[in-house]
Amino acid sequence: MLKLGIPSKGRLQDKTIEWFAQRGVTVQRTGSEREYSGVVEGMNGVELVLLSAGEIPKELAAGRIHLGVTGTDLVREKMGDWQAIVDEVEPLGFGRADLVLAVPDAWVDVTTVDDLDAVAAQFRADHGFRLRIATKYHTLVRQFLSAQGVADYQLIDSQGATEGTVKNLTAEAVADITSTGDTLRANGLRILSDGLMLESEATVYASKTADWNDVAEAGFAALAEKTGWVR
Amino acid sequence: MKNDRRARIKEEADRLANSFVLAGALPVETDSLLPADVLLDLYGEDIRARAFVTHDPMLGEQMLRPDFTVPIVQRHMAEGAEPARYTYNGSVWRKQMGGRSTEFTQVGYELFDRTDPAAADAEVFSLFAGMLAPYGLKVSTGDMSVLLAAVDGLQTTDRRRAALRRHVWRPERFVKLLERFGGLSAVPEARAALLAEVAAVGAEGVVAVASAQQGLRSEAEVLARIAVLQEDAQADAISREEVAMVEAVLALKGTSSDVLAKLRDMAVNFAPLQASADAMEDRLMALAARRVNVDDLPFAVSFGRTNMEYYDGFVFGFTAENRPDLPVVASGGRYDALTRVLGQGRSIAAVGGVIRPEVLVAVQEGVV
Repeated sequence: MLKLGIPSKGRLQDKTIEWFAQRGVTVQRTGSEREYSGVVEGMNGVELVLLSAGEIPKELAAGRIHLGVTGTDLVREKMGDWQAIVDEVEPLGFGRADLVLAVPDAWVDVTTVDDLDAVAAQFRADHGFRLRIATKYHTLVRQFLSAQGVADYQLIDSQGATEGTVKNLTAEAVADITSTGDTLRANGLRILSDGLMLESEATVYASKTADWNDVAEAGFAALAEKTGWVR
Repeated sequence: MKNDRRARIKEEADRLANSFVLAGALPVETDSLLPADVLLDLYGEDIRARAFVTHDPMLGEQMLRPDFTVPIVQRHMAEGAEPARYTYNGSVWRKQMGGRSTEFTQVGYELFDRTDPAAADAEVFSLFAGMLAPYGLKVSTGDMSVLLAAVDGLQTTDRRRAALRRHVWRPERFVKLLERFGGLSAVPEARAALLAEVAAVGAEGVVAVASAQQGLRSEAEVLARIAVLQEDAQADAISREEVAMVEAVLALKGTSSDVLAKLRDMAVNFAPLQASADAMEDRLMALAARRVNVDDLPFAVSFGRTNMEYYDGFVFGFTAENRPDLPVVASGGRYDALTRVLGQGRSIAAVGGVIRPEVLVAVQEGVV
């Protein structure tokens, strides 16, 4: 069987089902509203697996699913060398969100990453510790700042309500996912002009570690006929 | 087979360590778990991408030893008398891409002696060169202090020199800064707009109409930075000649004796390089006294620049040229800057290096 992992709930699931429907593939949940199982109609070789979007990268890496729908941000954050583990099959055009770096709007002297770096050096000298950036995207943020040659910062783990960390004095800046920037603005934060780290969207990935036996290949071929996917 | 290989590596490591002992080093052991805060303060957040982090409910974040330098320097600073020579032989752990082993052995030699830097550099290098001579490795050497001296000698503000110094190990940001300070790239639009606004209504006026201050960084800090930006905007650009000189220093490479001659030429027009040329000459003489052929010894100022932060003097590396798949066999150099950061004001003169027995065994076997 070809195992296809899709998000188990919410807007991302609805959009995924809609995307498949537009291509003549009927993906349906089975059983009650609360039961995490489903089928792809008319395709015996394809098994639907409902997973939390955050789990899908892990399942792809372990090879327990062949295909998975999840955000670009999650794949790049959770997989070290993601290109060695998965192939990008198709970006789906929804679930768009940007990973951005934002500072208090009151910092009129800081508009670029370059400014942030200079402020980080001075902040460390003034306060005796490295400027704190709250985020849950540790890998992506570190890679971005390292490539930009930013020093004297530290990452503070924040798994939610990250925009509030500055007000709560647990961070000086934040790196978070946003689609409109409204929540950042409402919390008195401003995105740096060159602070866009990643444009994420829902994407179909194929695992390189899964067992692509004949049955799985046949399942993929059946899906590919409708979606035009190549692997 | 795996056991045979491990035994072979252990044997090689012990043999190397014994050579260091015969050279006068005291064998030392260090903890495998190190407090994370010391390493983070030293190397910054990037160390998390390289070292394994673990957590203890009482001690907080701990890191599996990514190298021996920090514990050895700390130990020496706490209890050592100079001059001192130490050797160590044990495992280090690093996160690796592309399937390289995450646990490997390092056998090292560290020398703490402030009396004669050139002699200390030569002692360590010639010891490594002698031990590695049978394997036909490619030798590289360099010296970041030449670039640092050039930066210190620039006719510009203290702040600009400090900003350049801070990013000397991050080439891209360094070049960006140099271009901006040299007037070669435009002032960022947003900064020009801010300065125009400050000129019109004053810094306090700008801050007064901005969003309410929040977080730990105070309004006073914002105002202080605006003052710095104003001062910087009024400073003269670093001259074309000096920018070109820094670029020429960065590009200096050749045999050691050729580079010394070029450096002497450059010092004629740019006096701050005089001391670097003298120091290099002292080192080459000390190396020659230990029978290193300096007419044949490769040298590039920026060798090791990106991966040897805090190495602020003579550096060296040994690689297997016909085995590009292998990491460096041995590397080392002078790291006075690191001891300055670790010692919080106190500093010691330190030079040392490590050999990786796993890589040396792979070189000997011709296969991984």
